[in-house]
Amino acid sequence: MSMNTQGRPTGIGTLSHAGSGSALIPDEPLLFEIGDTHHSGVDLPDVEIDESRLGGFRRKSALDLAGLTEPEAMRHYVRLSRMNYSIDSGMYPLGSCTMKHNPRLNEKMARLPGFSDVHPLQPVSTVQGALELMSQLSHWLMTLTNTSAVALTPKAGAHGELCGMMAIHAAQEARGQGHRNVVLVPESAHGTNPATAAFLGYTVKPVPAREDGTVDVEAVKAALGPDVAAIMLTNPNTCGLFEPQIIEIARAVHDAGAFFYCDGANFNAIMGVVRPGDLGIDAMHINLHKTFSTPHGGGGPGAGPVVLSEALAPFAPVPFVRKAAAGGLEMVEHSEGEALGRITAFHGQMGMYVRALTYMLSHGGDGLARAARDAVLNANYIKARLEDAFSVSFPDYPSMHEVLFDDSSLEGTGVSTLDFAKALIDEGYHPMTMYFPLVVHGAMLIEPTESESKQTLDAFCDTMLALAADAKAGDKDRFTGAPTRAPRRRLDETRAARSPKLRWQPEEAPPAAAAE
Amino acid sequence: MRYLPHSDAERAEMLATIGIASEDALFSAVPRAAYNTGAIDLPAHSPEFLVEAHMRALSGKNRAAGDGPFFVGAGAYRHHVPATVDHLIQRSEWLTAYTPYQPEISQGTLQMLFEFQTQVAKLTGMDVANASLYDGSTGTAEAVLMARRLTRKKKLVLSGGLHPHYRDVVKAYLKNDPDLVCLPASPQGQGDILDHIDDQTAAIVIQTPDFYGHLRDLQKAADMAHAKGALLIVVVTEVVSLGLLEAPGTFGADIVVAEGQSIGNALNFGGPYVGLMATRKEFVRQMPGRLCGETVDAEGKRGFVLTLSTREQHIRREKATSNICTNSGLCALAFTIHMSLLGEAGLTRLARLNHARAIALADALAKVPGVEVLNQTFFNEFTIRVGKPAAGVIEALAQRNVLAGVPVSRLEPGKPELENLIVLAATELTTDADIAALANGLKEVLA
Repeated sequence: MSMNTQGRPTGIGTLSHAGSGSALIPDEPLLFEIGDTHHSGVDLPDVEIDESRLGGFRRKSALDLAGLTEPEAMRHYVRLSRMNYSIDSGMYPLGSCTMKHNPRLNEKMARLPGFSDVHPLQPVSTVQGALELMSQLSHWLMTLTNTSAVALTPKAGAHGELCGMMAIHAAQEARGQGHRNVVLVPESAHGTNPATAAFLGYTVKPVPAREDGTVDVEAVKAALGPDVAAIMLTNPNTCGLFEPQIIEIARAVHDAGAFFYCDGANFNAIMGVVRPGDLGIDAMHINLHKTFSTPHGGGGPGAGPVVLSEALAPFAPVPFVRKAAAGGLEMVEHSEGEALGRITAFHGQMGMYVRALTYMLSHGGDGLARAARDAVLNANYIKARLEDAFSVSFPDYPSMHEVLFDDSSLEGTGVSTLDFAKALIDEGYHPMTMYFPLVVHGAMLIEPTESESKQTLDAFCDTMLALAADAKAGDKDRFTGAPTRAPRRRLDETRAARSPKLRWQPEEAPPAAAAE
Repeated sequence: MRYLPHSDAERAEMLATIGIASEDALFSAVPRAAYNTGAIDLPAHSPEFLVEAHMRALSGKNRAAGDGPFFVGAGAYRHHVPATVDHLIQRSEWLTAYTPYQPEISQGTLQMLFEFQTQVAKLTGMDVANASLYDGSTGTAEAVLMARRLTRKKKLVLSGGLHPHYRDVVKAYLKNDPDLVCLPASPQGQGDILDHIDDQTAAIVIQTPDFYGHLRDLQKAADMAHAKGALLIVVVTEVVSLGLLEAPGTFGADIVVAEGQSIGNALNFGGPYVGLMATRKEFVRQMPGRLCGETVDAEGKRGFVLTLSTREQHIRREKATSNICTNSGLCALAFTIHMSLLGEAGLTRLARLNHARAIALADALAKVPGVEVLNQTFFNEFTIRVGKPAAGVIEALAQRNVLAGVPVSRLEPGKPELENLIVLAATELTTDADIAALANGLKEVLA
C-alpha cells in the first residue's frame, strides 16, 4: 500500500485509487499527503505590509500547512464523508444518545444572517431579535419543565451539569452550608455525573440501585447527612426506567438540606408529559441537541441549558435576558453577590437556540408531547418484539424511550455484545449502545426515538431476531469477523492507546514500509 | 405532525403487540400527581411556512454584521468563509453522524479529526492537539486545571491582558479559589505578570495578541516560568494571527489554548465556536477532551479511532481528567476544511491582509481629533482612548449604522480608568469606505 506516501508528487488520482477496493468505498489519503504548502483554494491578494507593528514577533517557524484547491478539497471531504454512517443514511438505535431526524428547516433558519452574522458584543440595541429569541426559548423550556429560571449558556450537557452543580455550590455557600462536600450519585447515572461532582471538588458517594433497576428512597435516606450537598440523579434513568419514587427522593433530599440535580439527557421521553418541576428537581440540564434535534455533527456542538428552581434562580450564571424597565429586552452580563458568574465567553450556543426554537414551533406543545409518547411507544414495541430472544434487564417497569438488554441470551454462543454490535453494521444498522450502563453485564441499550416508522422498527427487529438465531445456531465467525461491509474491518484500539500517534508526521511513515 | 410517522391505526397495532390497552400504561411508573395528559400552555404545531416567517421576523430585528461598517472583535471575528465550507459540512454524513464510537463506520469523522489535530499542532508549534473543546474560554479553564494536575502546585496567575470573559470563566470553574491570582486589566500593555511567578506557581496564563491587541513577549515569560517549575499557558483568541506571528510553541509554551471560530465558523452571536488545545507530547495523558489516534484494522489498513479514553468520564467517572462529553466536531470540521483550502500560502496571505487593514484603520483613527491609539504593537485589533465614555460613543455610532468596536466597560464595568477605551478589530472584510465612515462618525460624535 502506498497510502502514506509523502507530499504531492504522487498525485491525488494515483493515491486515492491505489488500494481502493471500490469507487464507492473510498480509501482516502490524508490531506497532508495530497496537498502541499503552495496550493490554496482561496484567492487572496498578497499585500505588502510594514512590519514595524509586529514587535519583532513575525513568524519564522514553518507553518507547513498543506493546502488544496477548491475541487481537490471538495473531493477529499466528500470522499471522507462517505466513510461515515449518519442518521440520514439509516437507523441509529443508540441508547442514551438520541439520534433522530434533523429537520433541514432548522439549518436554514440558523443560517439567516440576522442570527449567524451577528456578533455577541455588538450593541444590545442592535440585537433585540436575538434577545427575543432567547426569551422565547426560555419560556418554552420553563413551561415544559415548570421551573422558575433557566441558564441558557452551557455549551453541552456535561457543561450544563457543571453549571447546575456550580449554582448548587454557590447556593450552599450563601446559606452558610459551604462545608457540605458530598454528592450522592446513583450507580445508574451517566458517567459525566460523578465526573462533574469530582471536578468541583466534591466527594462522590455512590447509591446502589435496586434489583429492579431503580433508586431506592431508603438507600438515599441512609446516604443523606449533614455533609451532603446534593444528589445527582438521571430520570428517566440510564436503564431506561422512570424513577417511581422520585417525588419521595426529592422530599428526603430537601429535608436533609441538600439539592436535587436531575440529569435531563433523557427529557425527550417525557417532554409535554411530565414536568420535572412537579417532581421536585432543583436543577436539570436539557440537551437541546438530543431533545430538540440539533444535528450531532460527529460529536458536537451541543447545548445544555439548565432549568432552575426558585431556590437556585438567584445563582444562575450570566448572561441572561430580562425585560428592561424602559421597554424592550436587556442582557444582564455581570453577576452580583454570590452568584456563580460566567461559565463561557459570550452568550452560549445561539446557533442551537435557533434550531431548538424552530423545532419547538414546528412541533408545538401538542407535537412535543406526541413525540415523547411515540418515543416511549417505539421503545416498548421493540422490547415486546425482542423479549423472547433477548434478555430484558429490568422487566418490572415499562421502558421509557430506550430499552435495556443484557448479554445473558448470548451465553455459550461465543458471541459477545461487541461482536453482535459489529454484525449489525454488516446488516446496515448503526449499532446500539454497548456496555452502558455499567450496572448490567454486556449491556445493549436501544433507543429507537419517535422518528422511526413501524416498518423500520419491524425491519430492525427482524434483523435482531435473525442475528440472535444465527448466534444460537453456532455461526460464530460471522460475528467475530464482523464488520466485513464497512470502510474498515475491526480496528486495533489497543495499539492506538499503547503508542499514541495523534498527528501526521512525514518522517514516521516511509512509503515502502507503510503497510506493515 | 410532519416529523412523526405513525398513524393512529399503527399505534393501536403496536399497543396490541405490547399487550396493553392504552398509552397511559406506558407511563405507569410516573406518579399520577405529575402525569399530565391535558394540553400544555404552549402554541400548537405550525406549518413550515409559518415557522419560517416567525424566525425571519426575529432575525430581521438584528443588525447583521454585513449590513454596514463593522469593527467588533474582542474574541470573535468576522471573516469570510468560502462557500465550499458550509456546503461540505451540511452533507448528511457529516452533519447527522454521532460521536465516532463505532470507528469502522466513522472513518470520515475520525480521519478529519486526525487532520484537525495535525493542523492545530502545526499552527501552534506544539507536539499534539486534542479533537476540540467547546470554545477558547472553557478551554482556558481546562488548561489551568491541567496545569495543576501536571505540576501538583496550586497557584495560578492570569495576566491582565487576558480576555475578561476568559478570566471570569476560570474564576467560576475554580469557585474563586484563593490560589487564583487575576491581575488587573493592563490596557497599556505593561503587564507585570512575571513578578508573580514563584515556586508555588503551577502556571501563568498569557494571551497574545492580548485583549487590548498588544503582542506579548512569550520567550521571557516561558524562561521565567520554567526557571520556577511553572508552566506557560498561552491563549490566542484570533487564530488567524498565527499566520503572521511566531508560534507559541517556538517560545516554549507548555499548553496553548485558542478560539478557532475565525477559521470556518460564523459569528453566531457567540456560539457554537471551537476550542483548540495543544500541548507537549509528555503531557498528553493529562489533556482533557477527545483524542483521535492512528492505528490499523484487521487487514492491516490504516484507520483511526478515539483513543486514550481512560482519561475520560465514561471510563474513569470520578477520576476523569474532565467531565467533557461533547466536543465541537462539526465546527472542527469547518475549521479543517477552511484551513485546508487556505493552506500555508492562503493563511499567510489572509493574516497579512488582516494586519494591513488594521494598520490602515489605526492610521486613520489616529488622525481623528480626540482619539488616541494606545498600541505600539498589534495584529488586527487595538485599543483607542476617546474623550467621552466609550459606551455612549459606541451607541451613538450604532445609531449611524457603524458598529465601531467594543467599549471595554462592557466587559470591565465599574472601572473609571477603563471607561473611555474602545477595542476595535479590522479583518480582510474591512473596506476603505468602512474606515472612512467610522473616522467621520467618530469625528462627529466626539466633537
